[in-house]
Amino acid sequence: MPAYDVMPDIELFQPVSVEDAAELAGRLGEKGWLLAGGQDTFGWLKDRAKSPEAMIDLKGIDALKGIRETADGIEIGAFTTITEIAENPIIKTRFNLLASAAAHVASPQIRNMGTLGGNLCQDTRCWYYRRGLSCYRAGGNTCYASGPESMNREHAVFGASRCVAVSPSDTAPALVALEATMIATSANGSREIRAEDFFVGPAVDIVNMTTLQADEILVSVRIPNTWANAEFYFEKVADRNVWDFALVSIATAMKIEGGVIRDARILCGGVECVPRRLTAVENRVVGRPKNDATGDAVAALATVGAEPLHQNQFKIPLMENLVRRALRA
Amino acid sequence: MNARLNRRRFIKGVIASGVAATASGNWYSAVAERPKGAVERLLSINVNGRTRRVDVLPQETLCYTLRYKLGLTGTKLGCNRGECGACTVLIDDVTHYSCSMLTHSVKGRRVQTVEGLQAADGTLHPVQQAFIDELAPQCGFCTPGQLMAAVGLLKANPTPTREEARLGMSGNLCRCGSYDHYLNAVMRASGQRT
Ligand SMILES: Cc1cc2nc3c(=O)[nH]c(=O)nc-3n(C[C@H](O)[C@H](O)[C@H](O)COP(=O)(O)OP(=O)(O)OC[C@H]3O[C@@H](n4cnc5c(N)ncnc54)[C@H](O)[C@@H]3O)c2cc1C
Ligand code: SF4
Ligand code: FES
Ligand code: FES
Repeated sequence: MPAYDVMPDIELFQPVSVEDAAELAGRLGEKGWLLAGGQDTFGWLKDRAKSPEAMIDLKGIDALKGIRETADGIEIGAFTTITEIAENPIIKTRFNLLASAAAHVASPQIRNMGTLGGNLCQDTRCWYYRRGLSCYRAGGNTCYASGPESMNREHAVFGASRCVAVSPSDTAPALVALEATMIATSANGSREIRAEDFFVGPAVDIVNMTTLQADEILVSVRIPNTWANAEFYFEKVADRNVWDFALVSIATAMKIEGGVIRDARILCGGVECVPRRLTAVENRVVGRPKNDATGDAVAALATVGAEPLHQNQFKIPLMENLVRRALRA
Repeated sequence: MNARLNRRRFIKGVIASGVAATASGNWYSAVAERPKGAVERLLSINVNGRTRRVDVLPQETLCYTLRYKLGLTGTKLGCNRGECGACTVLIDDVTHYSCSMLTHSVKGRRVQTVEGLQAADGTLHPVQQAFIDELAPQCGFCTPGQLMAAVGLLKANPTPTREEARLGMSGNLCRCGSYDHYLNAVMRASGQRT
């Protein structure tokens, strides 16, 4: 009979402990594929653009699920769904930036199925690459998105190095703003990685979007109380409000005292292969009130050094305007 | 497959012949030689309150199992990539795209499809009745998915505002553009519109 199901023939393992999953991931190496909610995974497999031999399903591992309070903040298991994060009362009251970013991911059903770990580890949405073309990121020796005729409206305006793909995750800029850290485990032990160092651009590694190795599992994300209850702003501009990835998004956390901004973290998504920290803007807003005048004064700093491609120049005014909007009183 | 063979008849044929149909072809026999450690292929899954025994490939999506192995063709396959909502089902009362999940991940969980909405005596579910009363569907292709999205939404939030309902239904496309009628039906089913 014909196979209507377009899924390829692939092995499936369903371990119930992190240790077993890490052992499998180590043994299978590049042939293995960690499976969380599958919302990034199944596209790759159905299109035959990636062909791992086995999936390691993390769903049965209870230790990867849930949100708990720690001595100095909260810890979110990597297999916590995006919906749980968007609706969790602790996250909504103390770290609403993350709840708001999570609520902007994809569609309700995808948020019910997709996990935080998967959202952070998902691969870029550059369609040349996802189509299965052998570009730099796929191990080849060209970039199809940066030529004069290329379709690159969605691509990077910063940090290109042969590859011009952007980070697709809505939760990533929020977590960098909140100074989160990621805990990764392999058969050789665990390590803690700052969110800012977790995401990597093509100049560092052109085939991976994160520092995770093939045998490492993201176990949890820790958010310290550093930015708890700060003033947050999240906005995502996309072609449609549902399903579409950010053309540009902004995630900000600010501490305001005595009418002026004392400290700020300002990040943009959709403009670089990693969440882009607008350090120059952060520095300039400190000591100023949060209002339109400040927004107008600092907006242009957001895009200094930008190198737009021929179809994505609109991202320059868009980024600047998002900075202005984030700074409205 | 013979192109002239009527699709619905073909589907029925596959379901009736059960194992024989799924066991033919090298697409399947390659799978039979799996090394140890892989998942068990014979699954018991709870669909619409009944336990169904079914032989499931490791990579099989729930939508495929429901439609082509259990004969529950009310669940539609639209895009097959999480972008339309036609395949929406409830897993433990929560909406999921059945095209984008493995059948192996529903072990021990309750699956509800559009076939499971009406009562045993054939009385329509209140949401189904509201869909009819509001003339919500046009061509009907997206309707089973819209129904399941509406039922899932009202289980979590029995009296949503219109805006909350809009958000709750936002993962389901309608090619006929019947969105406002579906929203009216959700508001009617929640008792907020008569
Ligand atoms: C139609 C559509 C629209 C979308 N729109 C958006 C959007 O607007 N915004 C957005 O942010 N995302 C969007 N996404 C992406 C989706 O939100 C993410 O793909 C989803 O959150 C990924 O989570 P998952 O658990 O399903 O990941 P999976 O597909 O299971 O995994 C994704 C990747 O992460 C790896 N991985 C997963 N968990 C771990 C772990 N614990 N440790 C190490 N590696 C791991 C997997 O190996 C895989 O490579 C969209 C997806 C689709 C299909
Ligand atoms: S932008 Fe990156 S992923 Fe896209 S074609 Fe170029 S090298 Fe490949
Ligand atoms: S068929 Fe599943 S979302 Fe379109
Ligand atoms: S009624 Fe035709 S697609 Fe929705």
